[in-house]
Amino acid sequence: MWLTNSSVGRKVVMSVTGLFLVLFVTFHALMNAVAIISFEAYDAICEFLGANWYAVLGTLVLAGGFAIHIIYAFWLTLQNRKARGNNRYAVTTKPKDVEWASQNMLVLGIIVCCFLILHLVQFWAKMQLPELMGEHIMRGQDYLQATFSQWWVLPVYLIGFAALWFHISHGFWSAFQTLGTANDKWIPRWQCISKWWASIVFILFAVEAIYFTLHFTGVINC
Amino acid sequence: MHDIPTDTSFLEMMDILNEMLIEKGEEPVTFDHDCREGICGMCSLYVNGHPHGPATGATTCQLYMRRFKDGDTITVEPWRSAAFPVIKDLMVNRNAFDQIQQAGGYVSFQTGGAQDANAIPISKEAADEAMDSATCIGCGACVAACKNGSAMLFLSAKVSQFALLPQGKAEAKRRVKAMLAKMDELGFGNCTNTGACAAECPKNIKLSNIARLNREFLCAKCSD
Repeated sequence: MWLTNSSVGRKVVMSVTGLFLVLFVTFHALMNAVAIISFEAYDAICEFLGANWYAVLGTLVLAGGFAIHIIYAFWLTLQNRKARGNNRYAVTTKPKDVEWASQNMLVLGIIVCCFLILHLVQFWAKMQLPELMGEHIMRGQDYLQATFSQWWVLPVYLIGFAALWFHISHGFWSAFQTLGTANDKWIPRWQCISKWWASIVFILFAVEAIYFTLHFTGVINC
Repeated sequence: MHDIPTDTSFLEMMDILNEMLIEKGEEPVTFDHDCREGICGMCSLYVNGHPHGPATGATTCQLYMRRFKDGDTITVEPWRSAAFPVIKDLMVNRNAFDQIQQAGGYVSFQTGGAQDANAIPISKEAADEAMDSATCIGCGACVAACKNGSAMLFLSAKVSQFALLPQGKAEAKRRVKAMLAKMDELGFGNCTNTGACAAECPKNIKLSNIARLNREFLCAKCSD
C-alpha cells in the first residue's frame, strides 16, 4: 500500500488529513463567531450539533482525521530521526529562508494537542458526550460562561491559538506542495495564502475568547 | 593555521594543513575532493554550520578564505546522515546516491537514428527547467542540510531533468516509482518542506522540483 510504504504516500496522508483539519478549525472559528452576535443562535447550533446521528458521524470522522494525522506525525518523525543518524552537528545554523515553524512542527503539534485535550474536557465531555449517554445538558452559552469566567483560561487559549497559527502557517502550503500543486509561481502564493488563512483563524478564535472572557467576567455588558 | 593568504581556496587551506601535519609526523585529515571547479560534487564539508560553507550557490572548493575573518575559529564537519556513513574524518560514503541513480535515473529505450533538428519542438521554459534541474551535481548538501536526512531535492532534480523532456517522458512513471522506492529503501528521511535543502544547495536547485516529483509520483500511482 503506497500510502504507508512510500515516503510521498505517507506525506500525502499527512497533507489530506491536515487540510481536512484546517477546514474543521475554520468552520469551528466561524461557528463560534455566532455567539458574539447572538448567544441564542449559538445555543441553536450547539443543539443542532448535539447527539444527532449526523453530528455523531461527523465527530467520528473528525476524530479519525485527528488520530491518523497524529499517528503519521509521530511515525514520520521517528523515521526522520533514524535517517538523521545518531551524530549531531557541532555547529548548526538556520538559513534565513527557512521558517521556524517548519522545523518545529511536532512540538507545535504537541502544544495544539494538549490544548485540544483541555478544550475537549471543557466542552465536548460536558456537551455531546453526556447527551449521547442520555443525560440532560445545559445550553451552549452556559458552558462558555463556566469556562471563560475563569481568568487563567484566556492566556492558555491564546497560547494554543498561537501554536495553531504557526502550525497552519507552514502545514497549509506544505500540504499543497506535497500534493504536487505547487511550482515556482505557486509556492510563494500558497505561502502567502497560508499566512493569511492562519491569521484569519487565529484572529477569529482570539477575538472570540477575549470577548467571552470580558463578557462573562462582567467587564463588558454587550 | 597561520599566514593563510585570503585568495587561498578552502581546499587549498586543507592541503596546507595536511602538509603541516605530515611535516610534523602526524596523520593528515582525510577529505573528498576532485575537480575543484564546482562540477564534480566530491567536496563535501560542513563548514561553520553550512554544507559547503557560508557562501551561497558555491561548493566547498569555490569557497575562499577571504570569507573568514582573521582569528576566526572554523568548525569543519562531515555530512551527518545515516545514509551517508563516515568513512574517515571528513570523508563520507555517498554510494546511496549512485544506487538511486541506478534505479532509474537514465533513458533506456532505443532512440533509433538522429531526428531532424526541431522535429520535436520543446518550449524554452521546459528546456531551461530541465537544464536547471540537470545542474545538480549530487554532492549531498541537501541531505546534509535537511533535519530529516531527506534526499528529496536530489531525487526531484534527477526525476525533473527527464520528466520535462520528450526522451524522458516515455519511462517517467517507471522511473519515479523505482527511484523513490530505492531512496526509501536506503533509509533517507521524509521531506517536510522546510526548504533548508534548496537554501543550502550549491547549484540552487529549486524547491518546486519536489512538487514536480510528488506530482509525477501521484500521477504514476493513479494510473497503476
